Amino acid sequence: MFNNFFHRMASPRHFYGLAGTLIPWLAIPCLLLTLAGLYYGLVKAPPDYQQGDSYRIMFIHVPAAWMSMFIYVVMAGAGAIGLIWRIKLAEVVAISSAPIGASFTFLALVTGSIWGKPMWGTWWVWDARLTSELILLFLYLGVIALHNAIDDRRTAARAVAILALVGVVNIPIIHYSVEWWNTLHQGPTVTKFDKPSIHLSMLIPLLLMAVAFKLYYAFVVLMRARCEVLERERNTGWVKELAEKT
Amino acid sequence: MSLNEFFHMGGYGFYVWTSYGIALVVLLANMIAPLRQRRKILNDIARTAKRRARRDT
Repeated sequence: MFNNFFHRMASPRHFYGLAGTLIPWLAIPCLLLTLAGLYYGLVKAPPDYQQGDSYRIMFIHVPAAWMSMFIYVVMAGAGAIGLIWRIKLAEVVAISSAPIGASFTFLALVTGSIWGKPMWGTWWVWDARLTSELILLFLYLGVIALHNAIDDRRTAARAVAILALVGVVNIPIIHYSVEWWNTLHQGPTVTKFDKPSIHLSMLIPLLLMAVAFKLYYAFVVLMRARCEVLERERNTGWVKELAEKT
Repeated sequence: MSLNEFFHMGGYGFYVWTSYGIALVVLLANMIAPLRQRRKILNDIARTAKRRARRDT
């Protein structure tokens, strides 16, 4: 019975319906948290004593950077599950994550660059944090390109999973880069073991945005996964029926 | 705080608003893309089915 439950859950048709129901329940809280985060971040939080108002870029930059790594780990994990247990849905989640992860990596790099110009006096430096994050962007783009290059979707999923898994090595490098190397990029202020060295008025919007971005990923990955399921199942009865109704 | 001050961002308005603007565009694009793709796939499947039905009759 237990097995049967998982089988049903992972059936493409069931997933398509369930994902469709879940999307608004994730999107609406995401919107509300974003609005709250923007209000506390742009209006309520005081200017920084060193960086003035420029630090407000952090409320986009830091959650985007967290998501860039989080999504990569999810993508590689789903890829591994797809490789080992041949679960199609895991393959779908892995490939659907790639463009979202690439977008967050792009945002982390671009907002970092825009923040770096007034604070460091330069748009870009080849320091360890920035370089490893740029490599992450190339890994995502590599995953997308590899998937597009192989026609058979299952073969493509396997190739993509292997590439994603090899690239996981970059994740701890990004995280610890500011400690292992002498970087221009500042060290961690939130994810360290002793108390975060950030004032509550700035921590609240940061966490609100972080949760909002997580929810955003959750519903957008479901939207993309639904498209991927339709593509893969286009010759089945239920997809044809669905297409006729629209 | 006046609205002018809010947009001025203590002199960093350009940097702050560019960052938020790019984020908005990228995040919206990521939502619109799958919506349009889904429509496209379903239309495509329906069209193929119709063509096949016509050919078979």
